[in-house]
Amino acid sequence: MPTMTYLQAISDAMREEMRADERVFVMGEDIGAFGGAFKVTDGFLDEFGASRVMDTPLAESGIVGTAVGAAVEGMRPICEMQFSDFISCGFDQLVNVAAKMYYRQGLSVNITVRLPSGGGFSGGPYHSQNPEAWFMHSPGLKVVAPSTAQDAKGLLIKAIRDPNPVVFMEHKHLYRRVKGDVTAGSYETPFTARLAREGEDLTVIAYGAMVHAAMEATEDLGGASVEVLDLRSLVPLDEEAILASVRKTSKVVIVDEANMTCAAGAQVAALIAERGWEDLDGPVVRVATPDVPIPFSPTLEQAVLPQVDDIKEACRELLAY
Amino acid sequence: MTLYRQGKVPGSFYDGYGQEAVSAGATWAMAPEDRLCILHRDLAAHLIRGVPPARIFAQYMGRDGGVTGGREGNVHFGDRNLGCVGMVSMLPDMMLVAAGMAMAFKLRDETRCAITWFGDGSTSRGDFHEAMNWAGVQKLPVIFVLENNQYAYSTPTAGQFAVNPVERAAAYGFPGVTVDGNDAEAMFEATRVARERAIAGDGPTLLEAVTMRMHGHAAHDDMKYVPSELVEKWRAKDPIDLQVRRAETLDVDVEALRAEIKAEIEAGVEEALAMAMPDGDTATDRLFADEEALLSDGNGPWSGFAHASGEGA
Repeated sequence: MPTMTYLQAISDAMREEMRADERVFVMGEDIGAFGGAFKVTDGFLDEFGASRVMDTPLAESGIVGTAVGAAVEGMRPICEMQFSDFISCGFDQLVNVAAKMYYRQGLSVNITVRLPSGGGFSGGPYHSQNPEAWFMHSPGLKVVAPSTAQDAKGLLIKAIRDPNPVVFMEHKHLYRRVKGDVTAGSYETPFTARLAREGEDLTVIAYGAMVHAAMEATEDLGGASVEVLDLRSLVPLDEEAILASVRKTSKVVIVDEANMTCAAGAQVAALIAERGWEDLDGPVVRVATPDVPIPFSPTLEQAVLPQVDDIKEACRELLAY
Repeated sequence: MTLYRQGKVPGSFYDGYGQEAVSAGATWAMAPEDRLCILHRDLAAHLIRGVPPARIFAQYMGRDGGVTGGREGNVHFGDRNLGCVGMVSMLPDMMLVAAGMAMAFKLRDETRCAITWFGDGSTSRGDFHEAMNWAGVQKLPVIFVLENNQYAYSTPTAGQFAVNPVERAAAYGFPGVTVDGNDAEAMFEATRVARERAIAGDGPTLLEAVTMRMHGHAAHDDMKYVPSELVEKWRAKDPIDLQVRRAETLDVDVEALRAEIKAEIEAGVEEALAMAMPDGDTATDRLFADEEALLSDGNGPWSGFAHASGEGA
């Protein structure tokens, strides 16, 4: 089994699908000769040519809107936003045209929109956002967020094949930091949660980069046995996996790198309050970024993004409850 | 409108009274395998592509047998089985969707064309620019029909743009052509030429169809902001009257035709009224597709396609 970075796994997923299926093509800003802002499509132009590795005008609404048109004609476009932040310029096409098309008219829209997201490297307010909750609140979109290289490849392949619009949150801070064994060839990872570590005393629920922070924070908590649930998919949300873990441990810490209000974790907390109340042995605890833009300076950024110590502290307090 | 006043059409009621020729003429020039993104003033496009009147009335009434099964209202629909995609309320979003369809034709090296309609007001939005630019850069086989009906809701064109958008086409690298939007045959011919250009690989065309919205924006709008002289001026240019005069010179029995159409409409209303309302329990169904559901071809009734493409009769 080859070892790959998270970024290489994303590239590998697209390469596999483009080799196997000529309906699949990639489109975005500076993805051709330059290989993309993060080099995810490095080498694609040589292998697949300019028509399938389409450098587009600087027009996010145009990217999503034309992708919808190509999709209803039977193509399977993969759109790259240079940064997830820029999807705000294509938001209307995504939530009003793509998301509602099948419900309104029975016309399926197979597009995958890749959103390089997340902070932790002084990207500032417009290169660090985690906008996944915007899309969770827009019925008709699926939203997935891998944390490992193996899942990045499998979830992306599944997204490309899914006949619905899928928003693929790829965390920039994991691109080259996370490596792992990745199955060769083609495989699909289901849009369900993954148990990253089994435990008995407390569950930490997270997704994306926060899975790694959660794992590190709970490696050694005075002998406590901590379960870590990696959501992987936010829409659909694996409600049964969440409730099963709560039943087992009775204590839950939910971690979001996104801003606190109405984040994915807020939905998880609401689910547990509604359907897991009897299983709880303490308050649902949330760790998330406060409701401010992501500041540029490292000291300010670290002060707002959830840190390993913040998660540790939250877990310790809840374990002692 | 009668059905709306009787309370049988929920929500509001939008129509294309006075601008029927714009979509009728343009759609007549499109082939079965072409694709259409249709605006809410363009009922004729749906009829020509083959949507039966009963399904259109049912659509207005929110019935199960309407084109969207009650998921969408009034003219916000497109029958995917006839190569049509319904609009969204954010205009002109469908310009980009039509450009994307054209992009697919080009990627697959197919001889097909996409067309979309949008209003004068929507030329102020960014998607107009993005679509015009995109289609110009990629030389896409797409026709943009700017339906200039003088008012965007209550805002006249003087409050919308300083330069007529048809002139902007040159800046995007393709022709902008002004057409008498109240003349179905002029619309047909301009669209036919634009389509020829598109399928020859020469790129997009912007057609400005000059017309007038003779009703308010929707049923609630008495359009008192429109000077009555302007309405009267345009009333004299009614597109259907023009076509009737032409038909009469060809010895068409117009009265018989009117009676036939009236009977078809009345039968359609009866059929639609007999259709059930959708079951409330199904409102959360069909959010996601389990499998691909794409567009199919519609009617392209013009007999000249074979001749025009050089394949003989």
